[in-house]
Amino acid sequence: MDTTMAATEMNIAAAGRVPAPKAIISVSDVVVGFGERVILDHLSLDVMRGEILGFVGGSGAGKSVLMRTIVGLVPKREGRITVLDVDLDAATDEERRAIERRWGVLFQHGALFSSLTVLQNVQFPMREYLDISPRLRDEIAMAKLEMVGLKADVGDKYPAELSGGMTKRVALARALALDPDILFLDEPTSGLDPIGAGDFDELIATLQRTLGLTVFMVTHDLDSLHTVCDRIAVLADGKVIAAGPMSVMLASEHPWLKAYFRGKRSRAGRASQETGRPGAAS
Amino acid sequence: MVSGCDMAVELSTDSELMFKYDGTIWRRSRLPSGRARIRICTRGVFVSGGPELKSAVDGERLVLAAVGPWTAAHSDALERTIDETVATPAAARKVEIDMSGIDRLDTFGAWLLERLRRTLASDGREAVLVGVSDDRRGLIEDLQKVNLEPAESNSHLLGLNWLAAIGATMAEVTRSFLLLAQMLGEVSHAGVRALIRPGSFRLTSTVHHLDRVGWRAVPIILLITFLIGAIIAQQGIFHFRRFGAEVYVVDMVGVLVLREIGVLIVCIMVAGRSGSAYTAELGAMKMREEIDALRTMGFDPVEVLILPRIVAIVIAVPILTFLGSMAALYGGGLVCWLYGGMNPDIFLSRLKESISLNHFVVGMVKAPFMAMMIGIVACVEGLQVKGSADSLGSQTTASVVKSIFLVIVLDGFFAIFFASMGK
Repeated sequence: MDTTMAATEMNIAAAGRVPAPKAIISVSDVVVGFGERVILDHLSLDVMRGEILGFVGGSGAGKSVLMRTIVGLVPKREGRITVLDVDLDAATDEERRAIERRWGVLFQHGALFSSLTVLQNVQFPMREYLDISPRLRDEIAMAKLEMVGLKADVGDKYPAELSGGMTKRVALARALALDPDILFLDEPTSGLDPIGAGDFDELIATLQRTLGLTVFMVTHDLDSLHTVCDRIAVLADGKVIAAGPMSVMLASEHPWLKAYFRGKRSRAGRASQETGRPGAAS
Repeated sequence: MVSGCDMAVELSTDSELMFKYDGTIWRRSRLPSGRARIRICTRGVFVSGGPELKSAVDGERLVLAAVGPWTAAHSDALERTIDETVATPAAARKVEIDMSGIDRLDTFGAWLLERLRRTLASDGREAVLVGVSDDRRGLIEDLQKVNLEPAESNSHLLGLNWLAAIGATMAEVTRSFLLLAQMLGEVSHAGVRALIRPGSFRLTSTVHHLDRVGWRAVPIILLITFLIGAIIAQQGIFHFRRFGAEVYVVDMVGVLVLREIGVLIVCIMVAGRSGSAYTAELGAMKMREEIDALRTMGFDPVEVLILPRIVAIVIAVPILTFLGSMAALYGGGLVCWLYGGMNPDIFLSRLKESISLNHFVVGMVKAPFMAMMIGIVACVEGLQVKGSADSLGSQTTASVVKSIFLVIVLDGFFAIFFASMGK
């Protein structure tokens, strides 16, 4: 019995109006700063159920800070964060733990437990949270590893023996261990070669479809933004300056968006250069 | 609307709320007019609505209907249900697993269904999954591709494992001695190079380490050796008093402190205080590839990182030994005066008679060799750290244990050496 889905509060307008698509994560007016420096300045952002949201911004703009604030690793000064209809400030410890079971986090460098094997890493959350037989735990962990594209023999290795791409895949398998509703990804494709990054994007899209995940992805990778993200939110000066699908980003005349999405390294940028200089091999 | 768990709240008409649990209406309530704020608590235990696997025989076919939430939270009960179902003998060769009654499904439930299908198939029965909705098809298909190779057990030759462990330990001991010898060679080489080209010696780094290993250790070393000297004197007086030989306490304190205790206590403190720090620092640098970075830039890690540390410890330990011995003698003298009633003048003159310069030299000569041993063990262990936090911890422990052990072994060799020299 799911007794964990705890006290939920909502406002229902008396007139039976059809609600807008439901936000699974709702961040409103959040202020985060370190000392004198304000990183997030009254930032608001909604992540809708079932979407892949790409979160972009300049280096050091505070993309990871927002992710870490949502999952509770960085304290906020003001504002409200609601995840799965639970206000995280008002939640009791029990409610918080229930929410933490329903999200998975992929850290930028994997953050695998170095003293456990790959299989033990994936089993770790199951061991703590679920009362299941060792056989089923082994099978599910192996299934998760294979679903993220790893071979069965990786299970006995230690994190120090893995390559960068494998580390990310194992970290993804661990993030998925409890079948979360929400997946937070911090630069999932950084440090991967373009082929590996493409595979990883495809993997995330496939898993999102099959498991019905909501994905919050902090990224710099323009290709990821093009191929997998349903919506993109852009962070600049501590605020979300734009949010919407790729077409909106490309059409925008905001100078930063123009530089980011239509700059030299973007597809649009490359395409225009190639048409400008016919015959130039890319 | 709240969904995603077994419970749902729906607005059926403009003014009525329906509380549904597992698809059936549990309660209706009229909504007050205007804007209402509703608080829903789903804590408490609902008695119905667990997952089930209902079996029914339909002619030649056995139909297994999966009902309810097939999720991680229920997986333990589900696994038992499935084991029972598989164990129940059935004549039907064809089995249909009907998934249409499942209201929630995750990887755990889907894998259990897939396992049920495989177990039935391996029994020679024809098992198919039916009633798979489109949004679940992807998950089911994914799981059909996994866990195809049987898990291999690696518990072979359990009986001989202890033998293998002994062999591995012996090989490890041999290897660690070779590594010590290698490090001694590398440090000597770097030292000679530094003598030839003094410009290559890292003076700043050495002074920094000297500050940490030597200067900052002075208070604790003084305190500990003072206490040890005082305790030896007190015990001596207490026991020698029975023979009326209290005056020989001065001989005992003098010889023991200057030859053995002073240098040993200092070395044990330094091994615990600075040897462990060396290992942890070098280990962390190894883990973060800083040592590899140095090497690729054309620097020799032994010259840059290890030689300054070893020079610092070799300078610091004799100084600390001298200070420690003096503090121990002072402690001994104080106890003799206050506890044994021996006048400080008598203590000093007795001390002058009973000990010669030899005793002092024997203690001091050992200090730099022991310091070298501690430094080399600490650096070797630091460079042995692998990628995990675990190995950093175990190498640091090994560093302290090995260096204290080797310091005592070295002390034994010195004892034999000085005895045969007649000193």
